[in-house]
Amino acid sequence: METLFGIAVDGVAYGMILFIISVGLSVTLGLMRVVNLAHGAFAMVGGYVASYAAQTFGLPYAGALVVAVLLTVLATLPLETLLYRRIYGHANELSQVLLTIGLTFVIVASVNYLFGPSLKRIPLPELLQGTVALGPKSIPTHRAFVIVAGAVTLLGLWWLLERTDFGIRLRAAVDDPAMAAALGIRTERLYMATFALGTGLAALGGVLGAELLPLEPYYAIRYIVLFLAVVAVGGAGSVFGSAAAALALGVTDTAGKYLIPNFGEFFFYAALILILFRWPQGFFKGKTA
Amino acid sequence: MSATMTDAAPTNHSAARLASPRRDLSWTAAPLVGLLGLAAFWVFPEDLGLMTRIAAAALYVLSLDLVLGYCGIATLGQAAMFGTGAYAAGIAAVHLVNDPLILLVIGGVAGGAIALATGALILHARGLTLLMLTIAVTQIVQEVANKARDWTGGSDGLSGVDPAPVFGLFRFDMVGRTSYLFALAVLVVGMLVARRIVRSPFGLACRGVKEDPVRVAALGGSPRAYLVTMYAVAGMFAGVAGALTAVSSGIVGLDSVSFSWSAEALVMLVLGGTGRLYGAVIGTVAFMAAHHILAATDPFHWMAFIGLFLMGVVLFLPGGIAAGLERLRDRLTGTKSGSAPGGRA
Repeated sequence: METLFGIAVDGVAYGMILFIISVGLSVTLGLMRVVNLAHGAFAMVGGYVASYAAQTFGLPYAGALVVAVLLTVLATLPLETLLYRRIYGHANELSQVLLTIGLTFVIVASVNYLFGPSLKRIPLPELLQGTVALGPKSIPTHRAFVIVAGAVTLLGLWWLLERTDFGIRLRAAVDDPAMAAALGIRTERLYMATFALGTGLAALGGVLGAELLPLEPYYAIRYIVLFLAVVAVGGAGSVFGSAAAALALGVTDTAGKYLIPNFGEFFFYAALILILFRWPQGFFKGKTA
Repeated sequence: MSATMTDAAPTNHSAARLASPRRDLSWTAAPLVGLLGLAAFWVFPEDLGLMTRIAAAALYVLSLDLVLGYCGIATLGQAAMFGTGAYAAGIAAVHLVNDPLILLVIGGVAGGAIALATGALILHARGLTLLMLTIAVTQIVQEVANKARDWTGGSDGLSGVDPAPVFGLFRFDMVGRTSYLFALAVLVVGMLVARRIVRSPFGLACRGVKEDPVRVAALGGSPRAYLVTMYAVAGMFAGVAGALTAVSSGIVGLDSVSFSWSAEALVMLVLGGTGRLYGAVIGTVAFMAAHHILAATDPFHWMAFIGLFLMGVVLFLPGGIAAGLERLRDRLTGTKSGSAPGGRA
């Protein structure tokens, strides 16, 4: 019982981090049809910026978080114009994979050059240390915070995509880019805004998840497969699909590690194969939210 | 089309242009690799170990070209076949036989079998889903290899592969002369066989599937069957390459079934150029030689270099080094470029 509770809390918190990072990838993949392997690198950059801001300038956690998200978005926006715009679309899958792998390598090397190869931490404020009581059980405050942050992100994205003008335009462009452009939607700007949204979410997840996915230069390569798995299972462009997939894979992975630690990632990948075999397009293909 | 062309026979003219924009010299690739490889044997006697690894890796990248360049299957799981072949050959060498040629056959059969089994399962998918499935297959194979400690040595690696002399005549010496010449010979034979396969009706059908699966189906072919078959054939090549690595180096490690080894194959192939067969060899030589020189100082320098290089190739040199060389040759000889992106072999 104690173990089950631990698996549930850790698995859901882990799943929420996976969700926050992967949903950014899912949105950009759904709209621009670009397999962005550098997404994990963007999350890592966010984490490093937050760590640097907190450690060197003594910014509080919330401040570091905001600075990290803003700086990461600002730093990656030129990449959209210079690199990504050339490789949008279905036909370029291989170019996308290679260009973004190349970009990832460059970011990994730069981060190592600037910050060194050692593990970086983002110090948690007093508020997030310790535990919160939840009836008879208590859970670590940071886990609870991550779970709440994930839920808020989910609701916020749902509201953004379903209830705002931006969301309507975005969904129109996902369904039929040519028609959307003909109707006067400025797809280039929309792409830029979506790219910014995607990297912003990556940075947010990178900072929030620094306790679960530790920050080191190989972060970008180590976890990208996880994020891609969530997107493939959830269905590109689907917010609720990403959430469901992230939670399912997060809990599976955590349960596997708790119960049968010797088999490492085996269960994660076995679940991945089974799910993709049954639903090759992911859980929620074709629904934006 | 040129302005001097008569209207009477436009189709003949264009057909002739397409068939031979210049003399097809692609048959020279395999002999040329053999000759250059032999020359390197005398020029760089100190680097035989590295060159042996390059020859085996070139065969591995060649197998990826069969899948990616001729079937259009984007995969990040070729290492599953390579590693299976390597482990099969390694385990057979430790427990059963030690004739190097038989070990290569065992590796090829093992690689082909795992490719056939997984390919039949996953090749219905496309795009990102397929990429994820190939990655997942590789991770599971790696996990199994890691767990089957008694057979594979787990994370310590499998050692003690001690092959008998080739044909019973040529011993594997300490300096690695036999290893290198053996690997080079296998690579050249592999290139010839691969060329034969892609030019066969089956190979052409695969290229048809890559261009337009719906039309192949309409013509009565089964796109899925072609893809699975070619995936298995490529798996055999990758398995032989893995066995070759096991035989020539004497050890098999977990990194031979890793995601990064799959990704590196893709990088090497695209650097060289897909759909050409010899592009795989060019890319492997360029990649591994640069790696040898740069990674010696600091692995992160190497990553920065290869990352920038990859981005440059995608943005400025689509088609890889081979396409760049072809364009250069066209410019030098003054022929108008007729280089088919679909590739020729």
